[in-house]
Amino acid sequence: MTDALLTATDLHLSFGASPALAGASVEVAPGEVLALLGPSGSGKSTLLHCLAGILRPDVGEVRYRGSRLDDLSDERRSALRRSDFGFVFQFGSLVPELSAVDNVALPLRLAGDRRTPARSRAREWLERLEVADVADKRPGEMSGGQGQRVAVARALVGGPRVVFADEPTGALDSFNGELVMDLLVGAARVQGSSVVLVTHESRVAAYADREVVLRDGRSDARVHA
Amino acid sequence: MSVTHTLLGLIEVQPRHGYDLKRAYDTRFGQDRPLKAGQVYATLGRLERDGFVAVAATGREGGPDRTTYAVTAQGVTDLDRWFSQPEGPGAYLQPELFAKVVLALQSGRDAGAVLDAQRAEHLTTMRALQAAKDGVDLDRVLSLDFALFHLDADLRWLEHTAARLSRLAREIS
Repeated sequence: MTDALLTATDLHLSFGASPALAGASVEVAPGEVLALLGPSGSGKSTLLHCLAGILRPDVGEVRYRGSRLDDLSDERRSALRRSDFGFVFQFGSLVPELSAVDNVALPLRLAGDRRTPARSRAREWLERLEVADVADKRPGEMSGGQGQRVAVARALVGGPRVVFADEPTGALDSFNGELVMDLLVGAARVQGSSVVLVTHESRVAAYADREVVLRDGRSDARVHA
Repeated sequence: MSVTHTLLGLIEVQPRHGYDLKRAYDTRFGQDRPLKAGQVYATLGRLERDGFVAVAATGREGGPDRTTYAVTAQGVTDLDRWFSQPEGPGAYLQPELFAKVVLALQSGRDAGAVLDAQRAEHLTTMRALQAAKDGVDLDRVLSLDFALFHLDADLRWLEHTAARLSRLAREIS
């Protein structure tokens, strides 16, 4: 892949004595939806966190738009995450004290937008994700499916180049899971965002253009228990 | 399920005569549908005619005459092709895939590669089914979902097996 937006090359990362990544490499093209597949403990979430600049690998490099990401200071990586990346996690990605509209407006407010236009844009995204009716509710007052759609709206509202989604349907039933994936992938494709999707569910991976399978922290080897 | 390739795979693991071959097949793969003896001997005849097996020995061993067959180089080549070719995802995939995994382990081939090729094949089909759901009526969506859920079940079995290949290899060796 010559026009990769994001690349990880031969990443190694250990937590104490436990290797989480032991030679993981991946490339993400602009606008591509990529699934990271693998059993529990295979390192797929750790790889996603390295790609997103949340974790630094012990060995190997991560490049975003051609420049090293893993070399940047914590502050610069945080700023990059706010400006260029969006995130959807399995649990707890919404701020419990804020309403849905304020949760979605949060990335815009952190980027310096004023409150009224930020909330207005947030409401547009809640409508696109078919959860406008919970705009003034807090996360504790929503169903799991509604909460994940609000989280998707928050991930996409700033027009990120890459959305990182870690088991975004893991806590949902199949119907709500499909709804969330339809909306996440559909909206990302409309605005040209790439999506890096961690999942152990094949039906979720089927939304992706391509999959990379991890096993025992490696993306290119089969090591079986 | 390709009974022919499964029998050929069993002969590759070790030379066998017809009765031994039927017993090995029924024990490992035919609990629900044991082979008829006539099918085993007819298949052996075709495999010999096509050059995939050859007579290795004949003898009586205190019972009726028995002809023992061994795989030929041409038979090994045919098996290589069978192992490397993923199955077209369908309703009765699992028995053939199961046979491939077991025989790959027994013959020293890379069973993980068999599973990886199958996963890629399944996901290709699932992506096409997923894409076909765009903009069609609900009854068509539900029909596509039916296929997707069945393929998903195949893949869950496949991942379950992939995580246990070493143990499976020990148990069947």
